[in-house]
Amino acid sequence: MSKTAIISAKDVDVFYGEKQALNKINLDIPENKVTSLIGPSGCGKSTFLRSINRMNDLVDICRVEGSITIKGQDIYAPEVDVVALRAKVGMVFQKPNPFPKSIYENVAYGPKIHGLAKSKTDMDEIVEWSLIKAGLWKEVKDRLDQPGTGLSGGQQQRLCIARTIAVKPQVVLMDEPCSALDPIATAIIEELIDELRNNFTIVIVTHSMQQAARVSQRTAFFHLGELVESGATKSIFTSPEDERTQNYIMGRIG
Amino acid sequence: MANSDSATIDLVHSQRKKGFELFVMGVLILCSLVAVAVTVGIVLSLLFEAFRFFERIPLTDFLFGTQWSPQTALRADQVAAEGAFGAVPLITGTLLISFIAMCVATPLGLLSAIYLSEYASKRSRNLIKPALEILAGIPTVVYGFFAALTVAPLLRAGGESVGLNVSSESALAAGLVMGIMIIPLISSLSDDVINAVPQAMRDASLGMGATHSETIRKVVLPSAIPGIAGSLLLAASRAIGETMIVVMAAGLAANLTANPLEAVTTITAQIVALLTGDQEFDSAKTLSAFALGLVLFVTTLVLNVVALRIVRKYQEQYD
Amino acid sequence: MTDFITPSSQLKSRKSAEKRFQWYGRGAIFASLAFLVVMVGSILYKGSGAFTTTDVAIVVDLGPEAVDPANPQDARFEKIVKDALKARFPEATKRADRRKLYGLVSNDAGFELERFVLANPDKLGGEVRVWFRASDDFDILLKGTVDRTVDESERRLSDQEIGWIDTLLADGDVKRGFNWSFFTNGDSREPELAGILSALVGSALTLLVCFCFSFPVGILAAIYLEEFAPKNRFSDIIEVNINNLAAVPSIVFGLLGLSMLLNTFGMPRSSPLVGGLVLSLMTLPTIIIAARASLRAVPPSIREAALGMGASPVQATFHHVAPLALPGIMTGTIVGMAQALGETAPLLMIGMVAFIVDVPQSILEPATALPVQIFLWADAPERAFLEKTSAAIIVLLLFLITMNLLAIVLRRRFEKRF
Repeated sequence: MSKTAIISAKDVDVFYGEKQALNKINLDIPENKVTSLIGPSGCGKSTFLRSINRMNDLVDICRVEGSITIKGQDIYAPEVDVVALRAKVGMVFQKPNPFPKSIYENVAYGPKIHGLAKSKTDMDEIVEWSLIKAGLWKEVKDRLDQPGTGLSGGQQQRLCIARTIAVKPQVVLMDEPCSALDPIATAIIEELIDELRNNFTIVIVTHSMQQAARVSQRTAFFHLGELVESGATKSIFTSPEDERTQNYIMGRIG
Repeated sequence: MANSDSATIDLVHSQRKKGFELFVMGVLILCSLVAVAVTVGIVLSLLFEAFRFFERIPLTDFLFGTQWSPQTALRADQVAAEGAFGAVPLITGTLLISFIAMCVATPLGLLSAIYLSEYASKRSRNLIKPALEILAGIPTVVYGFFAALTVAPLLRAGGESVGLNVSSESALAAGLVMGIMIIPLISSLSDDVINAVPQAMRDASLGMGATHSETIRKVVLPSAIPGIAGSLLLAASRAIGETMIVVMAAGLAANLTANPLEAVTTITAQIVALLTGDQEFDSAKTLSAFALGLVLFVTTLVLNVVALRIVRKYQEQYD
Repeated sequence: MTDFITPSSQLKSRKSAEKRFQWYGRGAIFASLAFLVVMVGSILYKGSGAFTTTDVAIVVDLGPEAVDPANPQDARFEKIVKDALKARFPEATKRADRRKLYGLVSNDAGFELERFVLANPDKLGGEVRVWFRASDDFDILLKGTVDRTVDESERRLSDQEIGWIDTLLADGDVKRGFNWSFFTNGDSREPELAGILSALVGSALTLLVCFCFSFPVGILAAIYLEEFAPKNRFSDIIEVNINNLAAVPSIVFGLLGLSMLLNTFGMPRSSPLVGGLVLSLMTLPTIIIAARASLRAVPPSIREAALGMGASPVQATFHHVAPLALPGIMTGTIVGMAQALGETAPLLMIGMVAFIVDVPQSILEPATALPVQIFLWADAPERAFLEKTSAAIIVLLLFLITMNLLAIVLRRRFEKRF
């Protein structure tokens, strides 16, 4: 385990019923960096991402073995509370999924349920801070009471990011956050991710290698449920050790 | 038909075959028009008979009168022989009983639907759902019997023991039992509506560390509100039109009251009372049943149309 | 420091809110089902007694003076029964006592004796021990519904009557048995003789009419709407119409029947014909909606295969699509029929509430239906009708359960075909 690793996975196996989706994954994820998980569809990268905040618990037949620790605490230990865990490890999903409420309510939802704001002023500050961090404040500050579903796709996704960071998590997981967006919105979000890493550790699943190269410092390549190789993004893209990684980067597996 | 030795192929159908198909099509269209004919028949017969009623009793007296005592005259020349036909006590009675029924059915039906769609395992869901639907399959006359002969005496005895005077045909008994009857209506429709809320909504909320019940109360239910409102409207329309329970358990006393412990009567109970047994068909008393029927039909129709429209709009939203 | 192990007090209260919320849900389901169980249970409990009945043996004098062997039908059978009772309990001399004494057996005891004599002419000529149906009060005393220990003035039976009954019991002149007459008699003012046969036959005739009308019309309407109807305003109107018709209160259909079928078309009042037609208008939307759903479930490839071989659209539908959809349509029809069987309110409107003793022989005769019989009995003042009503409900529920099980079996058997 490296000194700066915040998340550390050891021999992680994930099963869906009889089917094994992940096989002996060992990966350290460093603090305040962006780590991207890449690989062809169905390789298990999203499964791994979802096991970091135990969203897989929602799938009845899903079973996780091995250990994942965050700052040394095993998140699959029986005494761990998923609700508390997810407050520390937030998630942004593939398709923007704002609640059908006002923009303000969307961002305030998390702080409200976790009791983070003591007063209305507190809450206003949190909402403003989150929207500023998510680069959305200027665009929406005059219409906070309008429904979040009325925003454009890219704005909706930034709203979802604002909503996630409003609870001040330590880790933000992003599951292909730009796959439903156009190139301009994607560029804005990528810029945002780069800024966010000062405050949060970010793990991002992406389908686009260019995106991985642009936003991340570390990259892990998954293939058929296995972690093939991981390391500094630059070295993975310029001098991959494994042939499979090379094939993928060259566009031969897809 | 084409000759076997003819070189060309006959591509034209025989006239007889075509005629037969046209005939079949005509029968099909006719059958699907039966439904329209029934609606037209209902509207026409209600309007026609109600019109004859309003020739005798002014519409305003009917809609705003607070006195209901449709006595037939003993002698033809009797003063005020026609009786009083103010529908207000019937309408308030109907609303009171339906309100009680909705107070019972809304929480029970909604909570059942939430538990079944969000918490129950597949196996217990497959067991409980049909069991709840049995409630909808039991004939209303059975509910009426149970309300009149078991629930009403129990309420009366219960009221007596705490010093309350409960009428033996109280609105409460009828309303309580009717509420149970419409539980499955609310629970199965709300269940569909809750299931239609996209999983992404739940994921977003759970992913931020909300508990399951917080997710349901603050995200799932608010998104499902229109659909749930639709199901409640349908249930209310069912309660307003329900007949046997009120005939058997609510009685015929046209009291203008909001006290659930007193006896009230409803539109449907009065229609039954006015039309059972032999009567001359031309008296205002008999015709008033059709005026009441018209009120009932229009009210439930409006509720249904609004409810169906809301539900459909809601479904389109997530398609 | 990240900490998700020691829960904060705030988290604890959120956790207990979660638990509470789940318990609300469980409580709601439990309350609904408990009501169902209590209602059905109480009806079973009350109604089970009606399936047994009490008979009393009395020695009657069928000598030539009482019954003329040449013309046995002219005898005064009621008097013979009364004389026999007087002979059995000579201590009853006062008029009021005598009346109580005669009340031990059913009011119809004279007819019962007449039937017995006409069926067994060989028994004439002397004293014969004959079984009579006991009266309802007698019957429910034996079933324990009447409490012997309450004060005499509060009971329907006096100490004297109970004494007679105890004597009969001690002498072995009382027997209990299955109440066949509940299924073979028509309605009666006497609860011990009242049966459901005429109501059952009335319900069967009504359902027959209902089926013969709503099944073909329902299927054909569904076929038109699903297979042939163009997408236009006209079809939309029909569709909206059907959906709304399904939610019209049943009593309104009764008003339609009264005003149109009875008063305008002059059909016979109280008849299964009118009842069946009214119910079929109510079940029509159910059948059409179910039939459309199962027609929609037939894969388009079957339609295309038939059309590709040169079948006309009408042939493709009737030869291939409709037969495949038939099990689904049947299921919907059975569910609709079950609804019709339990329906009461519209039948009240068209006069099927008459007191019907005889079994109706055709769909034009006055008849009643099982649910209406239940409604009528529920209103009867005699205590013994309470158990009859419950028993009739049990029979009705058994029919409904059977029909719904049939529908489920049909659905299970055919659902995984495509």
